[in-house]
Amino acid sequence: MSAAPQKTKPGGEQIAVTVSAIAPVNDLVTRFEFKRRDGGAFPPFSGGSHTVVEMKDGALTRLNPYSLMSDPADRTTYAISVRRDDQGRGGSLFLHNRVAVGDALNISYPVNLFALDLRAKKHLFFAGGIGITPFLAMIAQLERTNGNWELHYACRNEALGSYADQLLGKYPNNVHIYYDDQNQAIDLADLLDGQRLGTHAYVCGPKGMINWVHATASAAGWPDAQVHSEEFLAPQPGREFQVRLCKSNKTITVGETESLLEAIERAGVQAPFLCRGGACGQCETDVLKADGEFLHRDHWLDDAQHASGTKIMPCVSRFLGSLDLDR
Amino acid sequence: MSTFQFPESIKSRPVYGTLEPRPGKFHLMIADAEGAEAILDLAAADPALMAKAHVIYIPKGTGDTFVSRLKAVAPAQFYVGPSYEAAVPRLRHVLEAAHMGLQVYLTGTEGLMGQAQNEAMQAGIPHTAIQTEHRGSVARRMQCVHCKGITEDVMHDPFQCAHCGLHLFVRDHYSRRLAAYQGVCIDAEDPGNVPDPVELYS
Amino acid sequence: MTIQFNTETFRDDYSFHNSDWAIKRFPFPFHEDSYMYSVNMEQHRGGPAGSIYEMRFDVDEHYVSEMRDRAMVLADDPLRCQSLPHMTLAGWDLLELIMVSKSEDYPDLFELHRDGDRWRWINKPMGIDHTFTFLDESTLPYGPMEYITRQAQGDFCVLDQRDDMLWMDAGMVTTQADWSLDFDIGMNFFEWHAPVPLAHEMGIFQRALKFLLNVQQGAPARRLNWTMTVNPLLDTSPENYHKWGIQKTSLTPENLGSKQHLRVELQTFFRLPRSNALVFPIRCYLCSFQDLMTVPKWGRRLHRVVRDLPDELATYKGFIDNRPMMLDYLSQFDDGAPTSPGIWPDLETEPALAK
Repeated sequence: MSAAPQKTKPGGEQIAVTVSAIAPVNDLVTRFEFKRRDGGAFPPFSGGSHTVVEMKDGALTRLNPYSLMSDPADRTTYAISVRRDDQGRGGSLFLHNRVAVGDALNISYPVNLFALDLRAKKHLFFAGGIGITPFLAMIAQLERTNGNWELHYACRNEALGSYADQLLGKYPNNVHIYYDDQNQAIDLADLLDGQRLGTHAYVCGPKGMINWVHATASAAGWPDAQVHSEEFLAPQPGREFQVRLCKSNKTITVGETESLLEAIERAGVQAPFLCRGGACGQCETDVLKADGEFLHRDHWLDDAQHASGTKIMPCVSRFLGSLDLDR
Repeated sequence: MSTFQFPESIKSRPVYGTLEPRPGKFHLMIADAEGAEAILDLAAADPALMAKAHVIYIPKGTGDTFVSRLKAVAPAQFYVGPSYEAAVPRLRHVLEAAHMGLQVYLTGTEGLMGQAQNEAMQAGIPHTAIQTEHRGSVARRMQCVHCKGITEDVMHDPFQCAHCGLHLFVRDHYSRRLAAYQGVCIDAEDPGNVPDPVELYS
Repeated sequence: MTIQFNTETFRDDYSFHNSDWAIKRFPFPFHEDSYMYSVNMEQHRGGPAGSIYEMRFDVDEHYVSEMRDRAMVLADDPLRCQSLPHMTLAGWDLLELIMVSKSEDYPDLFELHRDGDRWRWINKPMGIDHTFTFLDESTLPYGPMEYITRQAQGDFCVLDQRDDMLWMDAGMVTTQADWSLDFDIGMNFFEWHAPVPLAHEMGIFQRALKFLLNVQQGAPARRLNWTMTVNPLLDTSPENYHKWGIQKTSLTPENLGSKQHLRVELQTFFRLPRSNALVFPIRCYLCSFQDLMTVPKWGRRLHRVVRDLPDELATYKGFIDNRPMMLDYLSQFDDGAPTSPGIWPDLETEPALAK
């Protein structure tokens, strides 16, 4: 239509930021605050949004999604909290060890795959560990509009209960904390029973907790559409495998600790992406030939598509053998 | 059996299923006329369900045909009403007092199911969680797009709007919110040229 | 940017007219000599200077008169603007988007002064100077969506995004091509498109939905859609069809050039920040056949597109009965010469009619 039609930039638009503060929250969790490099206002966002932080680690470019925990109405500062994972691929370690106040980074515009249902008569939040972060932004948003919410937050112990004290202090009537080491557990079935019609449940935490909330609610007759969850999948390491990028006429080997998407990018081929965590569907890639076994790890394709062998989500899924892709 | 095989149609035309027991704390069942048969089928599939069920039944033309059989499956609460409109205050009260874990089952005419579904949606239940099964009459509730009036029990195409008198053709385009199909003026481009009405689905 | 605003009507005496400037920048939608549906999305990121694609919300000579017509439609039928209760936040997002965009893109016409939550909005063409509190509805005469869309050309559909689906939960719809907001409000993407023939089977809507669900902040998109209207009537609503439908039968070979209009919609898609909703503005441009014929390439092409369009599409777009008469007219402007690809007039390179 226009004289020069443009394609979407992979990963969406970015904002240039400076790290304005680094605050250790506890032994495992550190908060990073950002200000815009151009001094302008950040875009407002909806609670539950995340941003993809781009980190230049030598020759390697890392792209990790983190929930925005700051108040969506605060346009001077964006904040994320990162849990250090010593066994991970290095993104959280990079942030903890190699980033200092004053450093320049690029972050994506906020993207929301875990939004509040604004029709809800009540919002019931279930957080596990670092899963508390999206709820901090949601709570700030709901407080401004007199929304009806309640938080149930499971932590390993008091020392590692990130922001638990602040939440209890600010909202004593709406926040309930459960410490594993004190044998405190969320009485989920009882909690769900007796909630009024139109209550929506939201869970963010370890995979086991997410499955537990979905299953318990379902057994109690809650409609699936009223239980929301977000789980960022980090790409898992695995055996090396060969990939032929047919459109670009390149053959690559996906290393043990890099994702298929990262390997494609390393080869200089641009593939669309957004969340980097197997949930948004943007990186969906057609498989032209497959000689081996698929290791699907995404939340996007359905069972039939997984079984068909014709599609793969390169941000989190892998393959054993050799693969021809339409890239 | 009073089931009808609706022909395949456009994406906004509702598609009804078959009622099946689902896990829940309480079961609200609303039926009119031959919809009673689907409730009886449900009770046969899971008799224990009825101990936690509230049945709201509008017999319409079927009179007493199904009433005693419905009573016999012993729902916890059983109401027989003269019309859907008369049942609405009761329905709204039940929904207001209800909690999560309520399962809703609707069966009978499209008009009954559409209106009851709307009440449940207003109370906060997503429409995808509400079960529906069509039984009995295939008459439609039609909204006149021109005057917004609803004409009930429409069986012919074209038909005359019961409010403004325009002659309207019957579309399959359906609004959940209004629980009605759309009727549009048939002779706007050739006033007075109104084809003879043909029965729906014939 | 000085625009001379027309005083014109889109009903009754139909004094609507396009200046030469308006004709040259008209969004002729056909890039080749035939038409079939496609997911023809591209980034909404500017365009050639002076084109309708350049600004985020294009303002042209019809602005003031269109807003006057909108006010009349709403006075007659307030149900043309509705917002389900949970969509008010999205309405504020839209208000901010339009005010910021217009004040930046047309600084001579619109001004926005913000002091925290106290905003002052100046709309010179419409003589509005209003101070209000952002996010406080009691400081506006209407809900935020209605307030700002009474000052912006084209229809606006505000779509809630839930369960991997888009829902038409709010809108200002007074210039639509024959669909009813009052009927469709609350429907999902597939449902409100249900009446469109052929497109569902082609998978058009599945692909379009996937694209739209992923439109992000800062990266709006756009596409063109088109239909036909007899007389420059903006309000071709189903609600009033029993009154305007008859106008389709008023075409004659003598008046067809001036009465038959090509109606093109510039559809844009913006992600809204606080609500995560998607706004879908539908900007309507009208041009009479006789004005279109002043561009030789468009004359040749339009004839071929209308001639070869499948019956289902011509029926759905409402001109199947008038097609023969339209073709009699258009064929006079088709000398069979080849046409260049693309939508632009290409006046320098396309030869004049050889007939």
